Amino acid sequence: MKAVRIFVPCDAAARSVGADETARAIVEEAGRRGIEVQLVRNGSRGMLWLEPFIEVESDAKRYGYGPVQAAQVADLFDSGLCEPAKAASRGQALAHGPTEEISYFKRQERLTFARVGIIDPVSIEDYVQHGGYAGLKAALGMQPVQIVESVTASGLRGRGGAAFPAGIKWKTVLGAPGDQKYIVCNADEGDSGTFSDRMLMEGDPLTLVEGMTIAGIATGATEGYIYLRWEYPDAHRALEAAISAAYGAHYLGENIQGSGKRFDLEVRLGAGAYICGEETSLLESLEGKRGQVRFKPPLPALAGLFGKPTVINNVITFASVPIILERGAPFYQHFGMGRSRGTLPMQLAGNIKRGGLVEVAFGMTLRELLYDFGGGSLSGRPIRAVQVGGPLGAYLPESQFDTPLDYEAFAAIKAMLGHGGVVVFDDTVDMAAQARYAMEFCAVESCGKCTPCRIGSTRGVEVIDRLTSGTNAAAQEVLLRDLCETMTYGSLCALGGLTPYPVLSALNHFPEDFDKTPSARASA
Amino acid sequence: MTNTSTRRVIPIQTDPPDSLRSAERIRVLEACARLKDQPGALLPILHAVQDAIGFVPPEAVVVIASELNLSRAEVHGVVTFYHYFRTRRAGRHVVHLCRAEACQALGAADLEAHAKKTLGVDFHSTSADGAVTLEPVYCLGNCALGPSLMIDTELKGRVSAQRFDELMAPLRAKSP
Repeated sequence: MKAVRIFVPCDAAARSVGADETARAIVEEAGRRGIEVQLVRNGSRGMLWLEPFIEVESDAKRYGYGPVQAAQVADLFDSGLCEPAKAASRGQALAHGPTEEISYFKRQERLTFARVGIIDPVSIEDYVQHGGYAGLKAALGMQPVQIVESVTASGLRGRGGAAFPAGIKWKTVLGAPGDQKYIVCNADEGDSGTFSDRMLMEGDPLTLVEGMTIAGIATGATEGYIYLRWEYPDAHRALEAAISAAYGAHYLGENIQGSGKRFDLEVRLGAGAYICGEETSLLESLEGKRGQVRFKPPLPALAGLFGKPTVINNVITFASVPIILERGAPFYQHFGMGRSRGTLPMQLAGNIKRGGLVEVAFGMTLRELLYDFGGGSLSGRPIRAVQVGGPLGAYLPESQFDTPLDYEAFAAIKAMLGHGGVVVFDDTVDMAAQARYAMEFCAVESCGKCTPCRIGSTRGVEVIDRLTSGTNAAAQEVLLRDLCETMTYGSLCALGGLTPYPVLSALNHFPEDFDKTPSARASA
Repeated sequence: MTNTSTRRVIPIQTDPPDSLRSAERIRVLEACARLKDQPGALLPILHAVQDAIGFVPPEAVVVIASELNLSRAEVHGVVTFYHYFRTRRAGRHVVHLCRAEACQALGAADLEAHAKKTLGVDFHSTSADGAVTLEPVYCLGNCALGPSLMIDTELKGRVSAQRFDELMAPLRAKSP
């Protein structure tokens, strides 16, 4: 009998709830029963509430079970885990049928995450078998300017949050004179509520390697760095393994696939500074300095890492490039709405019943994401507020849930889509406390360069404290709004400049939470 | 106008008293020798030192500065800028507890209070038995399965107060 292939994710989120123990139990239980099992540690399918989510292959289909704890493995074998298509197995409480038919998964449009959860992340054979390196192959047959034009035509915008057109950035670097140019990947995914970079790097790291290699060939850069946050040790291991495999198979190094092109790549670790997700601060950090924000101009595209022309993009931006080169710009451009083209891997997080990764074309409403995919709050209480776009994103009340996921639509309501993180809060949330936290976070993470951010954030905490204690509240509110204006216009980067988003959105949409005087409580 | 004949030489102590243990000094020098020729070497060196010794001793700053031809102020400035680098020895295990929004939405503040109470520490300090150093962290990328924490480099999700106690018990057991 052929060995049964069983997939257990090696994704950090899956491991955080026991995937390693489950994998061990499967191997042991199969051994006890004399069943030959081939265990594959894949990335996560992104249905994180089902983790550890194991899959059994049968007739070229994969059947999902989850969440499977180690203690449940023997029972699963008893009910026919190894013959998942049979009725007995499908009746099992943990059985979800073929993974591709689970509505949460089926309704997605997976372009960037096409291979995540499917392949063995660090097997280059698996990667190539599933369409990997087709984009690089196409790129190697093109002129640099054609590659850049293709990326521009796809409409791909920076997925890190700022949504700057990737092609324009690349074009600037291509045209910039310089004996040495660099490709830098921003893998300092610090926004709370976001984990798409992590999932991609752990589940399909070679896609990122391929995207960066294409960027190098397109712009004439021969060296690349992935600036990874230290908080992602699993991603670090996966990236190192992927890079080493890519060197071994001549997809990196001196003479890529005999093309005569060179591209070298290495991973550098950050050290727990949120600000290093800001591109100029990240470059300072890569240079071995304090991560203090730089003035722009000069743009990093002209004078970036070590003063040389540098493409700096987010993980998901680079990882979206291979499919654009493989399938052509019109294919990618066809997805989306308005000026937001392609897909965005949204991340459902916080107090949500079905949290996970949802890659969909731009244009779906927040409400569909929260209820159709997310299934409402985990606690079962009404969803009261949703923070989109990380700690610098606005808190949205229920009345704004019909906003489509589109950069411009979010900007129009003074919110931002950012890196696609959605953090859900139920009705027990205290929005004044959230506003205070936004200021506190800014104070902890400010690089210190701009006074409104460095000092203003601390003053912001104090003003909110006075406001909520009812000490001359009306005057405190005026002061808080004035402070927010100063921070918005007086800060070089998004940390000081956007901290007012969560603060003011909380104040504007949930003013009742700021009034904690006895009379207000009595009337509440 | 200064009369040069009245100038006195003021002895300036260029190095602080060297109290770096020799085993640690060797590790710092090793890290510098291995990494200093790569561009932007300071962060990789600090990581290597912290990986090897568990923290970046203030005395190591002198050695690193000298090896990289930087001023002590520059190295000190970098060490203290980044939350991850510690300048004091940690306990046997470091627990990073997530304080960010997604975990807050699932009760991270209560978990923080529970952790501090049961370990008898505040953030940035070590339990009396020397087992656990508690640190805050702003997002571990496990936002759909919060509240989260990381024990050394192992991520843990859905951490209730009870699960916290279960996770801490083996760390705090005697005989490391």
